[in-house]
Amino acid sequence: MDLKKIAFDRRLDVLEMVYSKKSGHIGGSMSCMDILTSLYYSVMDIQKIKDHDEDRDRFILSKGHCSEALYTVLADCGFFDKAELETYTRFGTKLAEHPTKGINGIEIATGALGHGLSAAVGMAISLKNRGSAAHVYVLMGDGEQAEGSVWEATMAAAKFGLDNLTMIIDRNRLQISGGTEDVMPLDNLAEKYGAFGCHVVTCNGHDYGELIPALKEGKSKQPTVVIADTIKGYGSSVMENKADWHHNIPTAEEYEQIKADLTKKGMEVS
Amino acid sequence: MAKVSCRKAFTAKLLELARENEKIYAVATDSRGSVTIGKFAEEFPKRFIECGIAEQNAVGVASGLAKDGNNVFVTGPACFLAARAFEQVKVDVAYNKTNVKIIGVSSGVSYGPLGGTHTSLHDYASMRALANMLVLAPSDNVQTEYLTEYLANTDHPTYMRMGRGDVEGVYEPGESFEVGKAKQVCDGMDITIIACGEMVIVAKKAAELLKEQGISARVLDMFTVKPLDEESVIKAAKETKGIITLEEHSIYGGLGEAVTHVVSEYAPAKVKILGFPDEEIKIGNSKELFGHYGLTPENVAAVAGKLLQ
Ligand SMILES: [Mg+2]
Repeated sequence: MDLKKIAFDRRLDVLEMVYSKKSGHIGGSMSCMDILTSLYYSVMDIQKIKDHDEDRDRFILSKGHCSEALYTVLADCGFFDKAELETYTRFGTKLAEHPTKGINGIEIATGALGHGLSAAVGMAISLKNRGSAAHVYVLMGDGEQAEGSVWEATMAAAKFGLDNLTMIIDRNRLQISGGTEDVMPLDNLAEKYGAFGCHVVTCNGHDYGELIPALKEGKSKQPTVVIADTIKGYGSSVMENKADWHHNIPTAEEYEQIKADLTKKGMEVS
Repeated sequence: MAKVSCRKAFTAKLLELARENEKIYAVATDSRGSVTIGKFAEEFPKRFIECGIAEQNAVGVASGLAKDGNNVFVTGPACFLAARAFEQVKVDVAYNKTNVKIIGVSSGVSYGPLGGTHTSLHDYASMRALANMLVLAPSDNVQTEYLTEYLANTDHPTYMRMGRGDVEGVYEPGESFEVGKAKQVCDGMDITIIACGEMVIVAKKAAELLKEQGISARVLDMFTVKPLDEESVIKAAKETKGIITLEEHSIYGGLGEAVTHVVSEYAPAKVKILGFPDEEIKIGNSKELFGHYGLTPENVAAVAGKLLQ
């Protein structure tokens, strides 16, 4: 099936979860969905991940608040039963609003921002030391870039020459309280990462023709940074590029509109 | 007995263990001198991960190393690991239950002359409050070696803190211990002194002073600060006439409060908590500070006398 269509289907799954459980971070989940789809349906060998093979690729959702996006992908890929999505955020569930441990496919629990990259660096060092060909992918938000630990970890990734590490930034230009450039300017992000010793690629985060090659790109002895330009709330004019939709819960009317928009777009690409 | 610092006993033992176990990693924070871990770095450069002055990243990197099946010791001054990197300890180590051992050296007031930026008098309180954490405070080099070997063979998230200076030995080499169980240093039926870390030797000496006064003091080395050996505490509360706790830590949230919790719930008894008061600590070396704040054998003995009146 076409990757774009898959991503719209997963966005519909996210919409159902968020709307029915009245919780989640819908805007960022919509913006990062094409990145997740590229990784899980194309770039990574997910059979090895399912088998917990020691040479499996690793994915870490450092922007853990978009867990529902990852859960829908994992469920659809067969990491766990799709019915489990029904338990999302309900009492006693494994599926919290941030990825928890103990879920098949979740390498490490995240949710406090600025943690995922450090863990990814540790994994990449260990994989390299034991000669594994596995690759580590970590997805961060753009608002997350203000966390100092991100830059501590980036320095370390460059120092250790981690060419088995790809850092992806969901560059949707919004965060909870507004535009990233107003909250804490980031516009020279590519320069920043370049200056820290990384190989930097910028691409359209909704265009698979750009995204997949970017995720496969690499340079010897350097970590790669993929700055994926995305649209927060991608897929429906109700949400697109609106900061409120970081974690808005749709009203019944908005739900119907978003559902219609996503369904229509999904049909257009299939 | 020989005077050896716990940190040197730790690094010597870790080096020995790393020779047998290639899963042992050490993560440093520009701290190889203060931790005395230089030999490990020379012998195992690939398993010595220098993260520079970046404690948060160091703990996060350790969690990633651990997630690939390694047993990871993060080493550095306790004041930074237990404060600057606390969220990483909470999330990446405790919550994720990773095989990471946070080894805080030069703890308590070891760096007293450096001022309040360098004290770690809050770490038992903060680490105890994290579910899944094992909290250890060895009292001398023999116990440190035992605990280091223990940590090399368990995957339990742990915080272990040690002082900087040489400490008088409490134990003879070869002494046996059990994690989670208090080690009785001496028996007594009048009063119990429960201490941990490098305060155990102070407690032992206080017991010797009390003996001269005809008071028999039981000394319990509570090197496992968490989980607390509740049974020994209850036994002490029931069998002796009062308990004194002694720690190089704030009187808030540490060993004293842990003991008091158990006593008040299961065996009400008199308890006096000795530690650092809730105020800005004066500048000075350990010995001066222990003297000023009453963490001396003489003061402990005097407090015991009063408690028994
Ligand atoms: Mg954003």
